[in-house]
Amino acid sequence: MTLPKVRVPYLLLFPGFAFLFTFFILPIMNLAQTSTQTAIVGGDTGQYEQSFAFSNYIDAFLENREQFYRSFIYASLATIFALAIAYPLAYAIAFKSGKFKNILLVLVVAPFFTSFLLRTVAWKQILGEEGFLVPTLRSLNLMGEQTTITSTAVAVVAGMTYNFLPFMTLPLYASLERIDPRTIEASGDLYANAITTFRKVTVPLSMPGVVAGTLLTFIPAAGDYVNASILGSPNTKMIGNVIESRYFKIVDYPTAAALSFTLMAAILILVTLYIRKAGTDELV
Amino acid sequence: MSTKVKEAPIPTIPLNARLSRWFGRNLLRIYMFFGFSYLFIPVAYTFAFSFNDSGKSNLIWKGFTFSNWQNPCGAPQICEALGNSIKIGFLATVFSTILGTMIAFAIARYKFAGRSSSNLLIFLPMATPEIVLGASLLSLFLVFKVNPGFWPTVIAHVVFCISFVVVTVKARIASLDPRLEQAAMDLYANEVETFRRVTLPLVAPGIAAAALLAFSLSFDDFIITNFNSGTMTTFPKFVYVSAARGIPAQANVIGSSMFFLALAIVIAGQLVNRKKAR
Amino acid sequence: MAIDPIDARGDLRLTRITKTYGDFTAVDDLTLTIPKGSFFALLGPSGCGKTTTLRMVAGLEEPTVGSIHLGDTDITTTRPYQRPINTVFQNYALFPHLTIFENIAFGLRRRGVKDVKEQVDKVLNLVELPHLAERKPTQLSGGQQQRIALARAIVNRPALLLLDEPLGALDLKLRRQMQIELKWIQREVGLTFVHVTHDQEEAMTMADTIAVMNEGRIEQMGSPVDLYDDPETAFVANFLGQSNLIKGKIDGNDGDSLVIDLFGQKISMPKSRSHAVDSSLYAGIRPEKFRISRTGSTVRGNVLTGGRIEDVSYIGVSTQYVVAMPWGQELMVFEQNDDGVPPFNKGEEVVISWEPNFTFGLRGDEDIEAGTEVDPEQLDE
Repeated sequence: MTLPKVRVPYLLLFPGFAFLFTFFILPIMNLAQTSTQTAIVGGDTGQYEQSFAFSNYIDAFLENREQFYRSFIYASLATIFALAIAYPLAYAIAFKSGKFKNILLVLVVAPFFTSFLLRTVAWKQILGEEGFLVPTLRSLNLMGEQTTITSTAVAVVAGMTYNFLPFMTLPLYASLERIDPRTIEASGDLYANAITTFRKVTVPLSMPGVVAGTLLTFIPAAGDYVNASILGSPNTKMIGNVIESRYFKIVDYPTAAALSFTLMAAILILVTLYIRKAGTDELV
Repeated sequence: MSTKVKEAPIPTIPLNARLSRWFGRNLLRIYMFFGFSYLFIPVAYTFAFSFNDSGKSNLIWKGFTFSNWQNPCGAPQICEALGNSIKIGFLATVFSTILGTMIAFAIARYKFAGRSSSNLLIFLPMATPEIVLGASLLSLFLVFKVNPGFWPTVIAHVVFCISFVVVTVKARIASLDPRLEQAAMDLYANEVETFRRVTLPLVAPGIAAAALLAFSLSFDDFIITNFNSGTMTTFPKFVYVSAARGIPAQANVIGSSMFFLALAIVIAGQLVNRKKAR
Repeated sequence: MAIDPIDARGDLRLTRITKTYGDFTAVDDLTLTIPKGSFFALLGPSGCGKTTTLRMVAGLEEPTVGSIHLGDTDITTTRPYQRPINTVFQNYALFPHLTIFENIAFGLRRRGVKDVKEQVDKVLNLVELPHLAERKPTQLSGGQQQRIALARAIVNRPALLLLDEPLGALDLKLRRQMQIELKWIQREVGLTFVHVTHDQEEAMTMADTIAVMNEGRIEQMGSPVDLYDDPETAFVANFLGQSNLIKGKIDGNDGDSLVIDLFGQKISMPKSRSHAVDSSLYAGIRPEKFRISRTGSTVRGNVLTGGRIEDVSYIGVSTQYVVAMPWGQELMVFEQNDDGVPPFNKGEEVVISWEPNFTFGLRGDEDIEAGTEVDPEQLDE
């Protein structure tokens, strides 16, 4: 009560923002600094000095172009598939589940609590050579002896789709649930058939959820390397795998930093463009 | 009033109309069934193979046993990893919930210079891929000669949990009717009392949801942990490392237990809410 | 942490209050005294400043300039919880996480009152809902919530009870019933009630004094009868009920009466009821004060000839006629249906007459549309 009112928000923000500054902004700045370092001539492995070698970025990008493209393509595919699976699911829970709404909502989040690594490994075993599915399909001649499911791009994208599904479903549900069902009835009353109603009323009203869901799926998917390393093969390596191995196996910090920075910048640019587009147009 | 109208036969609806109506009504249900099956197949698999009498690698079904459930710590290091995960999750939850709730109140309740840049600072960690968060923090720790391990991991987890807490709590505060606080002030509660008796109890479900979210994000995190934990092992790390040579069935026991525990907490929460509303 | 609200009783005095939000002036140099023990209504359309005035009295807003006194105590800048004033909020603002009992006990507990249970039970009996004590607000109907909101405020026996559109969310029938009940409760507990509303009928039913507000200022203040019978401005004449305002000129004096020329026809009215400042004026007559007669029949009082029935609306207890006058104006006339069938038909030539004492005079430079365009159902937000 004795505090001047103006100061209250800043006092509330201070601890959290001091923390985020120290452990988020500062590391990112440090990462930028690391990214232009070069190895000390005659130094040990892992010793680098600042030499403003911006060429690190070009070298790192050219060397790992393929993994970059792959990351963005896989992440985009996973996002699209997740949207396609989650939208009807969220729609059904929001509008057609009656008193089971809360239970169904819990069930969407529930698998999330079994460690995602365990579930990814479970998929690998279900779809793998020793699993039940592949031998069955082979014996029915639906699958060639040489064809496999795991260690392919399909498996990696499917794994990502699966793992990020709750991140898509929940925001979609939240924005669908807020729609007044009367607006949908009103659309029907005004001569729109079910499909037109869906396109012209439901989808535009659920756009905030679509934007949030796709971002929450795409961003982690683009930087992911767990699905690629468990379900994939050397041919499905993503940029995350490269950064990880640069750090831990090769101890090439500058390249890893340059790659991280490029990835972050690319995602931020894409996200900004996307939000701007989604904010002004209806995207349909 | 009592004139009896001769009842006309009820007109029948043609079969194809009835079929399309049935599909219209049930298509989404059928879809939901497949959707949920997709979500739960690996969970069911994990649960089933927690009863596998597998020995070391849990790849092929070898027979039913309860021994994994009787001795969940049977595999080397697994319970140590689990303990670390719980400790880290708990600490990360406490810190991120406190810091995030404070930020949420500031942003949702006050108009101040720098409000939109504050929103940006909250959005940025969510828009940064985990691998960049993890790698950048590790670089910083290395510069300051801090060895990766328990506390660096806790700090890293707080960084990515804060934003989720802010977003969750902020939504709850925004949905609060400001007249309730005005009513409390009108009824002789000063600012502190108003916050304690009205604002906090009403925002509490949002804070609880945020804490639950923070714990599950922290508990399940692998990428950031892998960068900042050094030689310390956590449950996801244990699974990742043992994935190459086969995961012991005890990991399935722990994963399944976490699943049922979380389900129980959420359902209990729902029941409490329902009772309160009655 | 018991709070001791200021122990002030007595009249509420607002002195030269102005409240601005940026360029917008919500309340404009308002001076007002509300006597202790009265049922006072602030009446006006949305955005007239009545809710802002109420919020300043409650302490939820501070005036830009001016002062507020309760008895001899200056409460202009004291916090809401320090004022012995309680509010029944629009939409009630009952605490959803507390039971009805705890909602009502809230203020008592904050003040550290001893016999909480006894007092809550008493006030629950007063509003006739003792069986709902352990329920949550969401399980109550609108009417029940309204009564609990009232109980939660009056249990504190404030020096002043503020009611912010308290019946706005109720349906018409329940609203009527609550109007009577509120008035009864006010007499029972003997507190000062300040009631903010946009509904003129509600204000007239309950209040003993009404202040009509428009654009941040008070247009006129008085008893319901004064305001209705002798409105001083076109806004009041139109906002409280309906009025026929006819352009005229003061043509001379006749003792205590004025002679008025209305488009060539002479009428008279009491001098005391004219608020005109020069010779031009509007003569105002309420629609129910008019009588209609067939052209040629003998009539008393003021007479206007040459009318023609334009429209007849039968509404049960009365019939509303629209009568076109020779100068192009349409007058509204309400006639009781004491003879059953409406006696006049569309197109008939008629004469209009009324008692001179029912005429009121407004300034000739008034905007005669003021107060007519207001939608009474629009809520003040």
